[in-house]
Amino acid sequence: MKTFEYRTATGLADGLEPGAVFLAGGTNLVDLMKLGVATPDVLVDVTRLPLDQVTELPGGGVRIGSAVRNSDLAADRRIRTGYPVLSQALLAGASGQLRNMATTGGNLLQRTRCRYFMDATMPCNKHLPGSGCPAREGDHRNLAVLGGSDACIATHPSDMAVALAALDAVVQIDGPAGSRSIPVTDLHRLPGDTPERDTALEHGELITAVDLPVLPVAARSAYRKARDRASYAFAVGAVAAALEVKDGLVHDVRLAFGAVAPKPWRALAAEQALRGQPATRESFLAAADAELAAAQPLRDNAYKVTLIRNLTAATLSALTGDVR
Amino acid sequence: MTNTLSRAVGSPLARLEGPAKVSGAARYAAEYPQDQMAYAWIVPSPVPRGRLDAVLTDPAEEDDVLVVLWHGNAPHLEKSDDPELAVLQSDRIAYRGQPVALVVARTLEGARRAAQVVQLDITAEDHDVELRADHPDLHTPDEVVPGVPADTATGDVDAALATAPATVDVTYSTPALHNNPMEPHATIARWDGEDLVLYDSNQHPSGIAKTLGTVFGLPAERVHVIAEHIGGGFGSKGSARPNAVLAAMGSWVTGRPVQLALPRQAMFSMVGHRAPTVQRIRIGASLDGELTAIDHESWTQTSRLFEFVESPGVVTRSMYPVPNLRTSHRVVPLDVPTPRWMRGPGEAPGMVALECALDELAIRLDLDPVELRARSANPGYLSCLRRGAERFGWSGRDNRPRQRREGDWWIGTGMAGATYPANAMPSTARVRALGHDGYEVAIGAADLGTGARTILAQIAADELGVPVDDVHIRIGDSTLPVASVAGGSSGSASWGWAVTGACRALRESGDDEATFDTTELVGKMPTDRHAYGAHFAEVRVDAVTGEVRVSRLFGMYDTGRILNPRTARSQFIGGMVMGIGMALHEESVLDPALGAWVNHDLAEYHIPAHADVEQIDAEWLDEPAADLNPMGAKGIGEIGIVGSPAAIVNAVWHATGVRIRDLPVRLDKLLPSL
Ligand SMILES: Cc1cc2nc3c(=O)[nH]c(=O)nc-3n(C[C@H](O)[C@H](O)[C@H](O)COP(=O)(O)OP(=O)(O)OC[C@H]3O[C@@H](n4cnc5c(N)ncnc54)[C@H](O)[C@@H]3O)c2cc1C
Ligand code: SF4
Repeated sequence: MKTFEYRTATGLADGLEPGAVFLAGGTNLVDLMKLGVATPDVLVDVTRLPLDQVTELPGGGVRIGSAVRNSDLAADRRIRTGYPVLSQALLAGASGQLRNMATTGGNLLQRTRCRYFMDATMPCNKHLPGSGCPAREGDHRNLAVLGGSDACIATHPSDMAVALAALDAVVQIDGPAGSRSIPVTDLHRLPGDTPERDTALEHGELITAVDLPVLPVAARSAYRKARDRASYAFAVGAVAAALEVKDGLVHDVRLAFGAVAPKPWRALAAEQALRGQPATRESFLAAADAELAAAQPLRDNAYKVTLIRNLTAATLSALTGDVR
Repeated sequence: MTNTLSRAVGSPLARLEGPAKVSGAARYAAEYPQDQMAYAWIVPSPVPRGRLDAVLTDPAEEDDVLVVLWHGNAPHLEKSDDPELAVLQSDRIAYRGQPVALVVARTLEGARRAAQVVQLDITAEDHDVELRADHPDLHTPDEVVPGVPADTATGDVDAALATAPATVDVTYSTPALHNNPMEPHATIARWDGEDLVLYDSNQHPSGIAKTLGTVFGLPAERVHVIAEHIGGGFGSKGSARPNAVLAAMGSWVTGRPVQLALPRQAMFSMVGHRAPTVQRIRIGASLDGELTAIDHESWTQTSRLFEFVESPGVVTRSMYPVPNLRTSHRVVPLDVPTPRWMRGPGEAPGMVALECALDELAIRLDLDPVELRARSANPGYLSCLRRGAERFGWSGRDNRPRQRREGDWWIGTGMAGATYPANAMPSTARVRALGHDGYEVAIGAADLGTGARTILAQIAADELGVPVDDVHIRIGDSTLPVASVAGGSSGSASWGWAVTGACRALRESGDDEATFDTTELVGKMPTDRHAYGAHFAEVRVDAVTGEVRVSRLFGMYDTGRILNPRTARSQFIGGMVMGIGMALHEESVLDPALGAWVNHDLAEYHIPAHADVEQIDAEWLDEPAADLNPMGAKGIGEIGIVGSPAAIVNAVWHATGVRIRDLPVRLDKLLPSL
């Protein structure tokens, strides 16, 4: 593992010299450093910055500090009642020990689990631009059916991010050029020809918080994750959903898919297809199909299309029945 | 708890080293502090086949580095019977991940970094890593594990199959699997003058000493192997692995003690694997379920270095009496690491095909799967079937598939038989009377976490007529009397026999010390004896996602005398949990183009998590096999993984009506048919 310097960030927007990166819980970054996939010269620890609180925003909604631990966020009363999909997504991820370390910012910015990416001795356009994408012909059972490119079909592995995408969350960013905010759905990029760039962040930009808007529909929301074992496994398909039904018709809906695309996949086409429709399994399936029409499955990941279709219908149906 | 029981054998004594392990006091191989320790890291080959022309390093950049060894500068080693141990001796690359260089540095980080940036000058060659049942290079091996003929035939199988009123003809496949004990292989090597000292994680200290002696041209007694505590092995630590040789080589060259602890990724290359298998099985039967013919054909792979042949067909030779029986094995050498033993080698994959095929036969005959087996079962097996079925609540089962649904879950049950040979191997034990301090019992055995140390103390206590607290067990050291490998479910029988003999000799002689060697007795032991069992599973399959959960798993065993019900239970259910993994989770995923298993860590190579194990239990008949050994014991370490995967696969069929013949059974395979 490459020798590196370590320092604690003292204030926001310190900026970063070339070769420096932020360190939060370290549960992804340090693994990648040991594997030789990440080779930073300097680690700037952001966990001592005053970003570890969940607070209420003046106009309603909730601000989640980027250093809030995943386990604390999942347990937060405001999240559990106002945005249950987020709490459920967090608890479906990783293990208790990992959630105690992992932070909101780090979770959003964790890198793909594509097996070639995680091995520095293998070709991969994401860790070594231009070296090729062996996954396309090789192991892609858990890689993208939506949003991929010839250069890369990696999936974003986060559960939390899928819930945030469904919740219209907004990412607060501070950087050398000032602060800005972007919808969480614009944070991650699609790979195109430059899969080495995961996100819209510039070097040195720090995520300070994630804001959840006032969103009544979110009170009735759920996360459902399918995986290869009962616990401690990344999703092979996941759905985050929020639903409000009035008079048997879909009044409001939020839908996002996980483990199918290089980013948490907000299913806008499906939402569009659902609004005003009867809240029935048939409509839910039709909506999923509207979104999945763009899917480009490969040899071994076509099951994801069926899986997401089934999960969408099951999750929305369950929310219909939920009369809390 | 004080151990003043009049009979220690048969009592549920807790593991003697348990407190030391949970408090961190117990030392594993890499944990022995050494002065001036240096750290080694392996440079694995990035190609599966080719020639290493040169290793280029920039020592100025890596000032921690003491030496980078490769075949251009490594010391010469003598040949052993395992070509994988001829590390850094030639320019040939036989598989991806093979050690082609070794960095030894003052710090672990320095060694790891230097290994990552070392420049290898390699001429890659075309490779072939794919097992196919029609591979042109398939051949009949000289022998298969455990040293038995590749092919057998009795009766006229073709005629019997042609005339059988009921037949099945099915092909099952099992993937490459990796042992993955919690503690990866690790060694600290130190040269004391011309003597080699190795703290090494292994299943056979005296065997490792002998092999390392051969490799370094030393008599075995000049090599001292210490393996006090071992974090599992599942067969992968049964013989010396390259880590021990490389650490010793690094220490020789640098003059310092050298620690080499393999990272998890390296557990997928040089330490062995269970080879993938393709098995075609044909069964002929009468309409009332009498088995008239079985043909069990297997195809598997080995490396270019060494012919190790996984043997699924061997179990079929003894499981059921069949007048017309043929078994065959074909193997193809590929550019892959050498496969080796993994818990239940041969039996575990073989019983997937045999016991799933029997389930398919029972369906065809409209017979209950327990009844079908009962018709051909010997008395011990029959008791397991009957009592197991009763304990599990099998009776009244609707044999039709896809009948029970609760919410989103399809629910079903399945069962399968189990067996494992009753083995013992020659061993020697020594007992010394220590006056008021009790007795010291010494034997070069290894405790992989199984409880071996504990049951040896129980055996000795009873033979000496003293409480267990008065017995001090010394194991895990090659300088102790030579013991057999902790493998083949033979440890308790082999070592317990030697300990019994030594204790009896001490009592009878009245001396302060006695030694007993079982070689002669073991030679006279019957070799055709087996343990039997029956596994029962209840599964549920999510109709939405295809996810499978094992709601209940139960094993009933006929394994002779049970020496300690607590440690026995953990062996049985441990094997069954591994059976859940084999049925549902474990698979080393091959990338044919790169020639690599790509899911080489425990985040991606799934073994069951706690949440995957719901209700699990084991019971046993506890009928001593008095004619086998003085304890009347049969091995219990492996039988739990033999048949339990088939019980689960059969239960998945019963739940859903979908028959998966390609393990592991995963949601992507089930979903299209749900
Ligand atoms: C075995 C295993 C299983 C797992 N299973 C799951 C799972 O099922 N579901 C799931 O969702 N996740 C899972 N994870 C991933 C886990 O959730 C992430 O590793 C974790 O969320 C990362 O958070 P961290 O704070 O440790 O990030 P770090 O590792 O510290 O950082 C990750 C990245 O984010 C950057 N970064 C961190 N904070 C900021 C910030 N404030 N501003 C800008 N950049 C920042 C870092 O520079 C780095 O590039 C698993 C991980 C492991 C090891
Ligand atoms: S899918 Fe992306 S991350 Fe995976 S190998 Fe291809 S380029 Fe690399």
